[in-house]
Amino acid sequence: MKRIAITLALGAALFAPALAQVDAAKSSVIAVSKQMGVPVEGKFRRFSAQVSFDPAKPSDGKASIEIDIASFDLGDADFNRETAKKEWFDAAKYPKATFVTSAIRPAGAGRFEAAGKLTIKGKPLDVVAPVAFKAEGSQQVFEGVLPIKRLQFNIGEGEWKDTSTVADDVQIKFRIVTAKK
Amino acid sequence: MSLPTIGYTRTAIALHWLIALLIFSLFPLGITMADLPFSPGRLKLYSYHKWLGVTVFLLAVARLAWRLGHPAPPPSAGLPAWQRIASVATHHLLYVLILAVPISGWLMSSAKGFQTVYLGIIPLPDLLTKDKATGDALLLVHQILNFTLGALVITHLTAALKHYFVDRDEVLGRMIPMLDRKTAK
Repeated sequence: MKRIAITLALGAALFAPALAQVDAAKSSVIAVSKQMGVPVEGKFRRFSAQVSFDPAKPSDGKASIEIDIASFDLGDADFNRETAKKEWFDAAKYPKATFVTSAIRPAGAGRFEAAGKLTIKGKPLDVVAPVAFKAEGSQQVFEGVLPIKRLQFNIGEGEWKDTSTVADDVQIKFRIVTAKK
Repeated sequence: MSLPTIGYTRTAIALHWLIALLIFSLFPLGITMADLPFSPGRLKLYSYHKWLGVTVFLLAVARLAWRLGHPAPPPSAGLPAWQRIASVATHHLLYVLILAVPISGWLMSSAKGFQTVYLGIIPLPDLLTKDKATGDALLLVHQILNFTLGALVITHLTAALKHYFVDRDEVLGRMIPMLDRKTAK
């Protein structure tokens, strides 16, 4: 029994496509919100991702991204302190946001749709992210913009529920570049 | 032959008072909003402050353009030379500041990474890229220009009152037709 399990595990390890890590310098995850009509960009400075993708067999592909919420940087110390608070990301209680794909489908030349679960502030929601794919040497580049509604994740509670100041619509711009092989 | 300029046109008077009203709102607004705790109200005030500032800039440009075709009346006759010079210098500096103050605010917004979107609709281009040191330096510039403007406004006001109450001449009446000594008689 034990031996079978080990054999299976070994087999799975050998045959599963390798999960590539990301090239942090070239990758970025940015949230763009609108405040009184002014686009404001916040950058998640730290995140990790594992990607396994073959454009010829997109349905076998998978990806998972884990974002360090405390690394959110709006470029202003006051704003950063504020967004870590309970009303916004509640970074102390929910330190990570994640996206895990459940299915990847082709959507035209060089384009795919990555369906999966996006979890922010402990709230999982099913989303479909449009992804443009290209290979640059041994690196794979995945880019796209995922529109979300912040209030669906309870981001901005209390007086911040008011969308006339900070709009409900937020765009998550991502660029994930796998590490060089 | 054009007639000698004796007073300000109604357009010039309207622009003068509109800008004055905006400056008197913007100055305390700017000081108050900076000390507010982070809240939707604070973000709103910042936006209103920027919109009003852009409005001052536009009105100032309109005012200068109007002035090109409709020269301001000359300083009151019989004034000592130093007062005439001081009057012209103060007026010119006021013009410079009602343009420079909004420009410094706009550049500061860009450097701080918060674009100015006039009335929440028209985005102004960002001439500077986001940079903390530049943003902080421009904040200081904006403050210094504003306190200079404040000092000049006080000088301007004091001089206007002096003309009315001490010299008892026509100077204030040119900007407040109700107080015009000639028509009042």
